[in-house]
Amino acid sequence: MIKDFEHFAPKTLKEALTLLDKYQDEAKIICGGQSLLILMRQGLVAPEYLIDIKGISELSYIKSDGKGGLKIGALTTHRTIEKSSQMRDGFAVLAEMETRLASIQTRNWGTIGGNLCHGDPAGDPAPVLIALNATLKMASLKGERSLPVEDFTLDYFETALKTGELLTEITVPAPPAHTGTAYTKFNIIESDLATVGVAASITLGAGDSCQDIRIALGAAAATPMRAKKAEAVLKGKKISDALLAQAGETASTEADPISDMQASEEYRRELVKVLVPRISKEAMARAKKA
Amino acid sequence: MKKELKLKVNGQPYDIFVKPKTLLVEALRDHLALTGTKRGCNSSSCGACTIMLNGMAVKSCSILALQANGAEIVTIEGLAKGTELSPLQKAFLDHGSYQCGFCTAGMLMATTALLTENPKPTKQEIKEGIDGNICRCTGYNSIIRAVTAVVKGEYKEAK
Ligand code: FES
Ligand code: FES
Repeated sequence: MIKDFEHFAPKTLKEALTLLDKYQDEAKIICGGQSLLILMRQGLVAPEYLIDIKGISELSYIKSDGKGGLKIGALTTHRTIEKSSQMRDGFAVLAEMETRLASIQTRNWGTIGGNLCHGDPAGDPAPVLIALNATLKMASLKGERSLPVEDFTLDYFETALKTGELLTEITVPAPPAHTGTAYTKFNIIESDLATVGVAASITLGAGDSCQDIRIALGAAAATPMRAKKAEAVLKGKKISDALLAQAGETASTEADPISDMQASEEYRRELVKVLVPRISKEAMARAKKA
Repeated sequence: MKKELKLKVNGQPYDIFVKPKTLLVEALRDHLALTGTKRGCNSSSCGACTIMLNGMAVKSCSILALQANGAEIVTIEGLAKGTELSPLQKAFLDHGSYQCGFCTAGMLMATTALLTENPKPTKQEIKEGIDGNICRCTGYNSIIRAVTAVVKGEYKEAK
């Protein structure tokens, strides 16, 4: 049973921030609500005031950042990103990720910003955005600030958003030359969350050596995380199958997964071990073509 | 406190007052008595509550009714033209695409939305189109066969 609440439907960012400032922690933001309504139905979240920002059209857009990168408004739906012609070349991985996120119905209404603010470590967008080195813009009445996506989730369902702040925009920078990014997740039912998700972005240098690498794991810890030790195994080296296997081993030890009804901790570590080399290989193949 | 909600459902305008916590599926079923839309899991998993909102398939159990303010909604009751069933409805009948029928309204709305967006989906695209809908009776093959028959032009739209 959902508890009664008061509902506001601001039409501009300014109105929304003013409401947030007024009601502080008594208020909760809802956008697509594809995650929040489930928590509200379970009684885990019971706000006094619900600020419904779904109608703030100024926050729904995909545009160029003027430097070959993309700016995505926080209210852009998953389906819009999935279908956008801007998701090509280095950004194609975003559309590939969205295609595997939940079901069409959920993607039609749910938003990328909402997904990130939900703070579920098993969400699909965060690992991909971390691999792509994306940053987030947050606004409050006091002003704006930016944060790398990898620093945004602090714990299970907990984000860096402060009271009065709203996520407004995601900036995905242009990938460096010879960079490939790939994502995959393991799940039993296609529309489910990831049991484990892995994204990797590789930049190749002279002689196809690994000049730079970012590996991000989903559902492998309390937050989406970068597997920095595994990255170190590959960085600066000429990538071989043996090195990839070693990176997989390393990632599986630096991960800190839980056991739940989807999978045991051991099983998740095993998935990390298998998926890190597999998806790094795919990222490398893409980097060669980029 | 109740709030005003204006909707157009199956072409008909409605003006009702609902509590903010009312879900869209509740507004349709309990306020407008359009009980063709089913509520199964109530948690965005089964797809039985699928409707079309401004042309898109959505799960009406996972949207606040107030979020649909001003929207155009099509429910299962809106598919037939008078007594003439829609091509997908006819195809579902002919292909035995349901047994208990609980998932059927959702399946028909998901596949209607699919064909609106993409009139010539591949088999894989049809599967993706019903990915968010669970059927516990027929399995999915008869549903995929019915949609395929419509895609092939075996069923004509009523005039
Ligand atoms: S009742 Fe809405 S998805 Fe199951
Ligand atoms: S016909 Fe019974 S659930 Fe599909």
